[in-house]
Amino acid sequence: MPDGKRIEIQVLRYRPEEEERPVWQSYYVPYTDDMSVLQGLQYIKDELDGTLSFRWSCRMAICGSCGMMVNGKPELSCQTFLRDLQPGPVRVEALAHFPIERDLIVDVGEFVKKLESVKPYIIPKEPRKLSDGEYLQTPAQLEQFEQFSSCINCMLCYAACPQFGLNPDFTGPGVLALAHRYNADSRDGGRAERMEILSTEEGVWSCTAVGYCSEVCPKGVDPANAVNQNKVNSAKDYFLRFLSPKGESK
Amino acid sequence: MSRYAAARKGYVRPMQGWWRRDPFFMRYMIREVTAFAVLAYAIILAVGVVRLAQGEVAWNGWLAALRSPGAILLHIVLLVSMIEHARSWFEIMPKTMPMMIVGGERVEGSTIMRTGWAASAVVTVVVVAIAWWARS
Repeated sequence: MPDGKRIEIQVLRYRPEEEERPVWQSYYVPYTDDMSVLQGLQYIKDELDGTLSFRWSCRMAICGSCGMMVNGKPELSCQTFLRDLQPGPVRVEALAHFPIERDLIVDVGEFVKKLESVKPYIIPKEPRKLSDGEYLQTPAQLEQFEQFSSCINCMLCYAACPQFGLNPDFTGPGVLALAHRYNADSRDGGRAERMEILSTEEGVWSCTAVGYCSEVCPKGVDPANAVNQNKVNSAKDYFLRFLSPKGESK
Repeated sequence: MSRYAAARKGYVRPMQGWWRRDPFFMRYMIREVTAFAVLAYAIILAVGVVRLAQGEVAWNGWLAALRSPGAILLHIVLLVSMIEHARSWFEIMPKTMPMMIVGGERVEGSTIMRTGWAASAVVTVVVVAIAWWARS
């Protein structure tokens, strides 16, 4: 490293076969101004300690793999720069509120199950033939869901949500935002199926509007808005069934 | 279940003291705690209504109780708490509302927040004006 700068990176290690609970371990890493926290971890793995485990893929904030707690905040480690954290030490920990699988890797199994449960894809209102041509949408219809479609499933919003930390069964901000992304799409006809999940206690009603999920989102999605809009939708569904009981059973 | 499942031992970190971990959570808890000020003031007003129904002596007793130094101190605390409660709710309000389109443009969060403040300012002025007019 040309300018010889070094920074201390403290990593919360957890090797289930070796220790009962996670322990902090310090590494001193030479760095340059263009190095991200992820690159610091890669230096540790390549040069100092090959046993360190962490997830990463794209290095450009689009794959959503490298989310972790950096100095206590949920961040994508690929777009958090060591130069902004000097003089250190930089404390790196696995994403909060998820079980730690090993070192900086969390267990995402439950998240993936929740994501699948809300059917995060367009369910056509009626069968459509190729000859019917493309769907048409106005800019206003696009705006209803566009920002929510930027979600990259990085789960930083889950690490920012104390209600998820206190109750891991809470569907959580990211999945609820994606459910809303499809519900709010004029091409979609799957709203009734998704509202069955959104309207439960573990759905939107576990949210207490902390709002930190929207602050930490690296893609500018506003999950708190998606969740709270659906409290209104869920309440409407509940009361309107008294007015029109002959509607769908869902 | 994979053949590695037996070796897995997910570590769940405790949540004790979670609200002290981030200033954002502290501000959230202040918003939640100051809701008790709103509740306390609602109870004080409800007691006033009950005392009014019980007759002149009871009503005057309630008014005298409100003039005590303790009650004035309590009201200062309640006022500050309610202003902070209103501020923090107006802050989160844009996130709780459906997307609003006015004149083809999306209404900004800051506009929603300012509208909240303006509405509460108007209501405050009207209530103070009525109270001022009614005291003579």
